[in-house]
Amino acid sequence: MKEPTLIAAPYSHAKTSVSRTMGLVMLALLPATLFGLYQFGWPAIFLFTVTLISAVAAEAFSLRLAGKPVGLFLKDGSALLSGWLLAMTLPPWAPWWIGVIGAFLAIVVGKQIFGGLGQNLFNPAMVARVALLISFPLELTLFTAPSPLFSASAPGFLEGLAVTFGGSNAIDAVASATPLGHFKTELGRGLTLGQASEGTGSLWQLAWGQIPGSLGETSALLILLGGLFLIHKKVIGWHIPLAMLAGLALPAALFHGLYPGQYVGPLTHLVSGAAMLGAFFIATDLVTSPVSRSGQLLFGAGCGLLVYVIRTWAGYPEGVAFAVMLMNACTPLIDHYLRPRIYGRDRRGEPLNTDGKRENT
Amino acid sequence: MSLLSSLFQHSFSHGVHPEGYKEATVDLPIQRVPFVSRYLMPLGQHIGVPARPVVKVGQQLRRGQMIAEPGGFMSTALHSPVTGKVVDIGPHRHQDGSFKLAIEIEADPYATQRMEPQPPKDWEAMPMAEFVSEVQRAGIVGMGGAAFPAHVKYSIPDTQHIDEVLVNGAECEPYLTNDHRLMMERPEALIRGTEILMRKLGARRATIGVEDNKPDAIALLRGLLGGTAIEVASLPMKYPQGAEKMLIKAVYDREVPAGQLPRDLGILVNNVGTVVAIADWFDRGIPLIERVVTVSGPGAAYPANLIVPLGTPVREVLRFCGGLKEETREVVMGGPMMGAPTASLDVPVLKGTSGILAFTEAETRTGTEYPCIRCGRCLEACPYFLNPSRFARLAKARLFEEAKGFHLMDCVECGSCTFACPSNIPIVQLIRTAKNNLRSRKP
Repeated sequence: MKEPTLIAAPYSHAKTSVSRTMGLVMLALLPATLFGLYQFGWPAIFLFTVTLISAVAAEAFSLRLAGKPVGLFLKDGSALLSGWLLAMTLPPWAPWWIGVIGAFLAIVVGKQIFGGLGQNLFNPAMVARVALLISFPLELTLFTAPSPLFSASAPGFLEGLAVTFGGSNAIDAVASATPLGHFKTELGRGLTLGQASEGTGSLWQLAWGQIPGSLGETSALLILLGGLFLIHKKVIGWHIPLAMLAGLALPAALFHGLYPGQYVGPLTHLVSGAAMLGAFFIATDLVTSPVSRSGQLLFGAGCGLLVYVIRTWAGYPEGVAFAVMLMNACTPLIDHYLRPRIYGRDRRGEPLNTDGKRENT
Repeated sequence: MSLLSSLFQHSFSHGVHPEGYKEATVDLPIQRVPFVSRYLMPLGQHIGVPARPVVKVGQQLRRGQMIAEPGGFMSTALHSPVTGKVVDIGPHRHQDGSFKLAIEIEADPYATQRMEPQPPKDWEAMPMAEFVSEVQRAGIVGMGGAAFPAHVKYSIPDTQHIDEVLVNGAECEPYLTNDHRLMMERPEALIRGTEILMRKLGARRATIGVEDNKPDAIALLRGLLGGTAIEVASLPMKYPQGAEKMLIKAVYDREVPAGQLPRDLGILVNNVGTVVAIADWFDRGIPLIERVVTVSGPGAAYPANLIVPLGTPVREVLRFCGGLKEETREVVMGGPMMGAPTASLDVPVLKGTSGILAFTEAETRTGTEYPCIRCGRCLEACPYFLNPSRFARLAKARLFEEAKGFHLMDCVECGSCTFACPSNIPIVQLIRTAKNNLRSRKP
């Protein structure tokens, strides 16, 4: 006979749990991840593995230090997911210690210092991404052209080990600018968009992802696929992704329409860099985004707009991490002001009068 | 097709979709539970004032005889469910574990339990005040679960007028099929009761709101109602559609302002069981002495829909249904979303007992609680558009007053938030704690 449980209604529960939620997000990330690992070969696989293991280790270490049940909280899958998301945003041939330090920053500084699961103000993966970018600008901006596994140009297993763990400078030979980086440099030199475009792939290549870029960010289409799966499964709403993509595409369309020679077009913006990953997987992080629908729309639009501003006028070619973190900081404020209207009350919380209008008191 | 039609069906916003589990009893006709030897009628079966006994220990009773009179306006009469005699008036164990005053009746084993036929009452000629007091004398309450005295709803101030009678046949709680069976088996009484209420209250129209998981009931009622001022609204399945304010939103797309009542909008909402009880009293002179109860749940040996004389011990009802399976952990009175576990099987079936559900380990298990991940599922579940996660957080910190500032008291404790929470946080349970705490602080 077990101890009787002291419970009360409801005696019915939706088939949902924290680990199932995290598991679904990882499942949605899988296509884009596999594509990235295939495209960037052994070094990417090593970096990905190192980052994930480090994230779980950092989580276990923090939980132990905090005296929380390690097994229970590791099972929720949130540390694995944070590590995964971070790895997606790293240059695929970055050295192993980037993954280790990044995972430590994400889990310990980004999450556990705030009190663990559900308590962090900023997206852990983005905290790590930004900290790494500022601390190690060289390693974080060295991108490689795709060299798919088993292709002639791809490094073998041992060469891959050398790239990730051995400090091999093979990367110098294949280093290549990302499309966004390329545009930034070339447009900055005063070239027109037409001239600058010659150095990047076609729009289709950008969307499919056969371009230099971060480990798991290049394939906009596969990320979109995963994102739509998450919306279908109701893990995330459509509000943040749509608002963020619109917030990016609308100003892009406006400036491109006014000055077609100087500003990159909206479609290119949408399919390059971390725009898709950010819209569907980073900005939608449950913990650090607003809970109300109207708040999510504002949050998403703010993210998109900031991405455009940073990409176009700021010093960095890509700004998803900065944009999401800036909006993360606004989340408590958004949640405070954008509350849904309560049944039977107006937006200010006053009771409706019987004809459905506000009381004049 | 169903997708297309659901686009045009009205409902309230938010809410949840718990698994229905109604198939166990949905096709089982209502059976009558045989009379047992002892009955217990608690004097207080609803919020408001308890009834006042009008019988003495040892007194012989006829079935249907009044045994307690209303103790005030917010109170209703009680009637003997059997022919027999009063053996005790004193404290007895109540559903929540407390002791409450109750009249204990021993059934006469040799009585036929047949009731004398009564002539129909001339309700049309009755002044409204008399109609209200008749309903009170008949002991009729809201049969949906809250057991709120029905006559109180019919006492409309002179400044107000009821335009619409809304009959609640939503039955959104999983497992329960008692309202469904009542609509299937006594549609004439349901229509009759609706007509009585419309005429007495001067309502222009009446609507019977039924969830579309009961297509047979919808078709049956529509067939009988052609050309009348009563219509049937088919509502897409969603919990808590049977909550009065949600049903009004679903059927009329109107909201009851906070702190007001449906009658302020000119609407009267009654459960189907209540309406049938009205017809039984005015047409046949039968007061509220029995009700339809669904016995179900994985722990019930033989699930059933039953007519149970009020006051029958739960143990006897379960015995009639073949008892409980060994794996039963908890017996719940009412539905699984808002019902309450019973402290003892000796407690009686009350006026508000819509279901007796036997639950096993699987239903009563509480999952491991994780921290809130701010996923917003509870916000999307809350039909009142409140922020349940905030209430849970504030309740844990004992910041009850602050929670009140976020309209904690608007919560009707439907449990949708707890149902939806992936972190297994007992949100509605925490909200109940906070509300109880605030109420007990009042001077």
